[in-house]
Order: sequence, then C-alpha cells, then structure tokens
Amino acid sequence: MSFQPVKFYQTGTFTVGNRLLPAEERSVQASAKRFNSLNSGHRACQGCGEALGARYAIDAAMEATHGQLICANATGCLEVFSTPYPETSWQVPWIHSLFGNTAAVATGIAAALKVKRLKGADRDVRVVAQGGDGGTTDIGFGCLSGMFERNDDVLYICYDNGGYMNTGIQRSSATPPAARTATTMAVGPEPGNVFGQGKFLPAIAVAHEIPYVATATVADLRDLEGKVRRAMEIRGARYIHILVPCPLGWGTASHETIQIARLAKETGLFPVFEAEHGELTSSLKIRKQVPVEEYLRPQKRYAHLFGKQPKVDVIARLQALADRNIRRYGLLDFDQ
Amino acid sequence: MLKQTEGSRAVAEAVALCRPEVICAYPISPQTHIVEALGEMVKDGSLAPCEFINVESEFAAMSVAIGSSCAGARTYTATASQGLLYMVEAVYNASGLGLPIVMTVANRAIGAPINIWNDHSDALSQRDSGWLQLFAETNQEALDLHIQAFRLGEELSLPVMVCMDGFILTHAYERVDMPTQAQVDAYLPPFEPRQVLDPAEPVSIGAMVGPEAFMEVRYLAHAKQMEALKLIPGYANEFREIFGRDSGGLCHTYRADDAETIVVAMGSVLGTIKDTVDQMRDAGHKIGVLGITLFRPFPIQQVRDALHNAKRVVVLEKSLAVGLGGILATNVRMALSALPIDVYTVVAGLGGRPITRRSLHALFRKAEQDEIDAVSFLDLNRDAVDKQLARERAHRRTGPAAEAMLRDLGVVAAKLA
Ligand SMILES: Cc1ncc(C[n+]2csc(CCOP(=O)(O)OP(=O)(O)O)c2C)c(N)n1
Ligand code: SF4
Ligand SMILES: [Mg+2]
Repeated sequence: MSFQPVKFYQTGTFTVGNRLLPAEERSVQASAKRFNSLNSGHRACQGCGEALGARYAIDAAMEATHGQLICANATGCLEVFSTPYPETSWQVPWIHSLFGNTAAVATGIAAALKVKRLKGADRDVRVVAQGGDGGTTDIGFGCLSGMFERNDDVLYICYDNGGYMNTGIQRSSATPPAARTATTMAVGPEPGNVFGQGKFLPAIAVAHEIPYVATATVADLRDLEGKVRRAMEIRGARYIHILVPCPLGWGTASHETIQIARLAKETGLFPVFEAEHGELTSSLKIRKQVPVEEYLRPQKRYAHLFGKQPKVDVIARLQALADRNIRRYGLLDFDQ
Repeated sequence: MLKQTEGSRAVAEAVALCRPEVICAYPISPQTHIVEALGEMVKDGSLAPCEFINVESEFAAMSVAIGSSCAGARTYTATASQGLLYMVEAVYNASGLGLPIVMTVANRAIGAPINIWNDHSDALSQRDSGWLQLFAETNQEALDLHIQAFRLGEELSLPVMVCMDGFILTHAYERVDMPTQAQVDAYLPPFEPRQVLDPAEPVSIGAMVGPEAFMEVRYLAHAKQMEALKLIPGYANEFREIFGRDSGGLCHTYRADDAETIVVAMGSVLGTIKDTVDQMRDAGHKIGVLGITLFRPFPIQQVRDALHNAKRVVVLEKSLAVGLGGILATNVRMALSALPIDVYTVVAGLGGRPITRRSLHALFRKAEQDEIDAVSFLDLNRDAVDKQLARERAHRRTGPAAEAMLRDLGVVAAKLA
C-alpha cells in the first residue's frame, strides 16, 4: 500500500496543511469552538503581527488550561488597540497595570491563585503575562528577571516588533542593528540603529535556567501554538519570545507580515528554538536558507541600505549576525 | 494579651491576625523587621495559607500586590523612604485601580542626602496618591490601625497606608495589648473584592480612559475618600466594643477645651508634646494639642471644629514643603480658612533630629507671645547654614554641600546626644 506521510508544507507554498491533520491535532483556530480570547473589532493596524501572535498564543493557552486563564498585559500597542473602552477585545480576565511591571503583576496573580487553591478552590487557574519588546527587554526587565529567578508560575510572552511602536516607533534594546526608528534616524555616516548594542532576551532567559524558554514567529503559527501548549504543561517561570512584524514600524505592506516573519527565520536573523532548564533542546531548522538582503530589502526601515549605492558592508555585517545565529543555535541541518 | 515587644513585631503579629494571603517583602530600614517577622511566620507555618514573596524591588513589591489584590487576595506589604519613592508609579496605580492593599510606611527621611532616620517626608510625598493615610502615635495604635486599615480599605476598595515613625516606634520595645484571633475575626470579615480576575466572569481591568470619563473616575476616588470620614468614627466605635480600647478615629484633642494655643502634630512626637503641655498646663498656660490620626482624607471639618476657638495654632511637622514651608500646616490652614487664627508652621525633627521637651517649652512659650515666624525650623543650626552660604558666595566650585557642612560640624553623632 502506498503511504503518503503528512506534510505541513505543501511543495513550494509553505502553507500549513491544517486540513490534512486529524481533528485533535488541528490549530485551535480551525475549530468553530475557538476561544476568540482576543476577539475581532480591536484597533490594530492591518496586518499587525502582534495581534496575530497574541490571538494564537492566548487561544492556545486557553485551550491548554480549559479556559482557566488570567492575562496581565503591559502598556503598549497590544493593550491600547485591544481595549478602546467601552469596547474590549478580551474574552479572558485581563488586567493592564503599568508599562514596566507586568511580570510582577502576574506573580501576584499566581500567588493569589495558589493561596485560593490551598484554601480549597477547585479550579486550577493559570497566568499569562504579555508585553511588547520595550515593556519586556527594557523597562520591564527588572520585574521579568525577578519573576524568572523566583521561578514563579507564570508564562511570560514577549511580542517583539523591534521597537516602541505604540509611542511612534522608537528604538528599544530589541531594535536590530541598522534599522531606522524615530530615535535611530537614517541620517549621518552610520544611519539607523548602531551595531554592537541591544540584547537578545531569549538568551538571557535561558541563562536564568528557568524550566522553559522558546522563540517563535508568526510565520509558523502551529509551532507557536505547540510551544504555548508545551509551556502550559510546565509549572514555574516560562518565557516565549515571538517575532511579530509591524507593518507601520517596519514599512512593509500589510499582506507581507507572514512572509517577512518567515524570512527573518529563514535568513537566520531570528533563531527559533526551545530550551529547558538552561539547555537548548531544539531548534527549528532553516528550510531554504536565504541571504539577509531578501529579508531587509522589502522593509522601509532598511531603505537606507539600498540607495543608489547599496551599503554592502552593512549588509555583510548583518549577514554575519545571521551566520552567527545559525552556528550558535544549529539552525542548518547539515545531514540533509 | 499584654506583652512587651518591639513595635515592628507587634505590627507583624497584628497583620498576621488579619489573615493576609499574599505578602511581598523588600528590605529597607526601618521597616524590615516587620516583613522579616511575617516571613518567619509563613515559613514556619504559623501563618497559612499565605504566600510570602521576596521581590527584587519595591516597584515589584507594589506590582505583585496589585496582581494579588486584583485576583482577590488580602495583600500586605511594608516600605519606607527611598522604597516608597521607588514604587510610586505602582502606588498611584493601586489606588487608581481601587485595590485595598494595606502597606506600612515606617516613616523615614528621603535623600539626598541619604538618611535612615525618622521624619514624615516619605509618606507625605504620597498625600495625593489616592491612598488613605493613617498615622500612629504609639505602638499600640500602630498595631490597632493595621486591623482597622484592612476593614476600611476593603469596605471602600481603596488602599491604606499605615504610617508609624521609623525607629522611634518600629524599634521601640513597649507594652502592647495583642488582640486575640477571635477578636480580629469578629472585627474583620473575609475579603469580598468588588472586582476580581476570574475566568468564570471575565472582566477587563485597567483600560485606557479618555477625557469623556477621566474626571468622573478621579472624582469618584475623591468621593470615596470623603466617605472614609464618615466610616472611620463608626469603625473606631466598633473597635472599642470588641477590643476594649480607643484607637484610630480622625483626630484627637488633648487639654484643648479652653486652650488659646493649640499645637497640631502627627505621630509619636505627640507624646513629647503632651508631656510638655502637661507641664505648661501645671504652670497655668492655656495650651492644648490636636493630634491628627487620619491625614488622607484630611478631616477638614473636625480639625476646624477642634481649633476654631484657639487664638493661635502651632503646626509642628516632620516634613518640609521646600519653597513653601509646611505640608501639614498648609492642610490645617485650609481647615481654618476665614477664621481669625494665626497659624505658625514649625518644621522639626527632619532626618531624625531629636525633638526635645526643652526645645518645645521654649518654642511654645515664644509662640504664646506671637514671637515666632510664620515658618520656622526647630533647633536649626543657622551658623552651619550661613557658613555654607558664605562659602558659596565666595567661590564657584564649592563642591558637594552636604559633605562640606558635615565637615564644618565635625562628629555629628556626638552632637545629637
Ligand atoms: C513608565 C512609562 N514610560 C513610558 C511610557 C510610554 N509608553 C507607552 S507604550 C510605549 C511603547 C511600547 O513599546 P513595546 O513595549 O515594544 O510595545 P509595542 O507598542 O511596540 O507593541 C511607551 C514608551 C509609559 N506608558 N510608561
Ligand atoms: S503600530 Fe505595529 S504593533 Fe502597533 S498596532 Fe500597528 S502594526 Fe501592530
Ligand atoms: Mg515593540
């Protein structure tokens, strides 16, 4: 009998073949009973990667917890576009406190829930904290590191769009080198964000030796869902860092969000991996390696690299960063 | 039960009797003994179930408190001085969200220059934060006020700061009457939150509020604080019935009935003031005292009623509104508006400067003759200031001022004794 293995990616298209899967393995979003935790009607820009990432991540967490979930949200685009009161898109209990304290707020919620359980509450309610890269890698870093270090029972999700988008696209410590933002202008001898600065928070999270760290992109939503599910199987501090293109800030077309996210992964500029207790456990291999130029060129934030005289030296430096990621996280499968 | 114990320990035991469910702790003197004691009770199981969380900053302490209170847990923390300032953004957030967190502030000066000793600058910097603020005069009152604070805060859905003088109260061993669990349980019902994060009934908390409703939301906070003025006397009465003693309330007069001069103050210095007034009364002076227990909301009418027959009012306060004079005095003036009463501001005891009976005698006698300035500084070493000012007139690069003044003074510790 001929045997046709299930392939997620149909030849040449990269389309996730959800309908080929048995029902129980399909995306949460494939079911009419999906949670719609972040419901439609919010005010995100068209093609907002953050809205997409949050929708999949929180619905996956809702499924994993059978709807017993509370979310804490940092100030930022996700918070602002989701709650233009009296409308709210959240169909989960949700709190926004401040910009820089979300991990700590989640710790408090988790502590309260633990005491309630000890006092006999029968439901096992879990907590997710979420914020943008600015709220996570910069102003919220202290609270996040504290939550990690104490191993509080919180899943923290960072939606990394490489800048402070909500305040008009300023640089954060997650803004990549050479990228133009409102505070790393494309002027002067070295236009855009400088090289040699910034931090890659997933690696710092791994260094905390917390039970689970993962990265993901909105190009591979099944992978993202799987990582959220995995995270919810574990107790203690967990961190998922999702690359979420921002059409407004990156200067890309709304329909390019997924494609750009995929290129970030396929170039190696954004490594997709998992780590448990400080050790790398898996990495998503690059399927078809592409030069960084393909990722950079469609984005207006890198337009200054592609003038009449392309800045080949800068592009080469970015390529070197991608190559380092490939080595560091084993992103190329050399057996193939 | 009567027992001889440290102020911090007494407060910790009182807080434990309130059955807190989440406590967050970050060390700063002079508050630390309180959370240490509570941490021990949680660790040895005598306070259970309760989560004791060692956070990484005061900003995190208040943020954890926000999360746990929002999830329906009775929540407590303590801080002082720099710690209170470090958490300010979250302090405002807690009250803005209407979360009945109780926090002890072991009052301490604010730097620079860094100083660990007592004054009221820390708590008073948060007078407009939307928290209720209670000031304890004694250790007994400090422990009693914590029990009342949970009741009051939870009734109003507002956070409450219980302020007690750092070291002077927190580190003093005194006799206190420690209530029983049954008494506290009779007084303090279980926490019934008005809002709670609950998957069974999902709500969004903390949405953006624009000009269409912001005024109303803020006014509500004001209106609720004003409600506290009505609730507190009743709670104090109930407290007397169950615990058998007077504690709390809005403000209290002492030998003030026929007083021409009334001294207004907050906190432990009221003890020294009352002793001084007793001696002056014995010598025939018509002087009395008004102690403020509730600073926020400020009991304007009760203060006015207490002071309206006086000829003059001396507000002795451990805080300084730089560029204006007094903070408490400004509030007292508002209570006395349009009354023909002279109000004198006396800034005293900053950074732990002892307030002695001798100094108070001299001050009050001069005040009775209206011989003090509208704003004055008790026991200020004017020479030290003048010397520095002269230096600054003479040279540009005079260096750090505090260090220069310390050098002029020599060994300060000896001078304080
Ligand atoms: C203490 C504080 N500082 C600054 C701000 C202003 N602020 C609000 S959202 C934001 C940017 C958020 O950036 P990020 O966390 O990356 O989220 P994004 O909007 O990009 O999704 C800033 C700077 C604030 N609200 N609070
Ligand atoms: S600015 Fe960017 S992150 Fe914000 S809503 Fe628009 S696309 Fe999303
Ligand atoms: Mg961002």
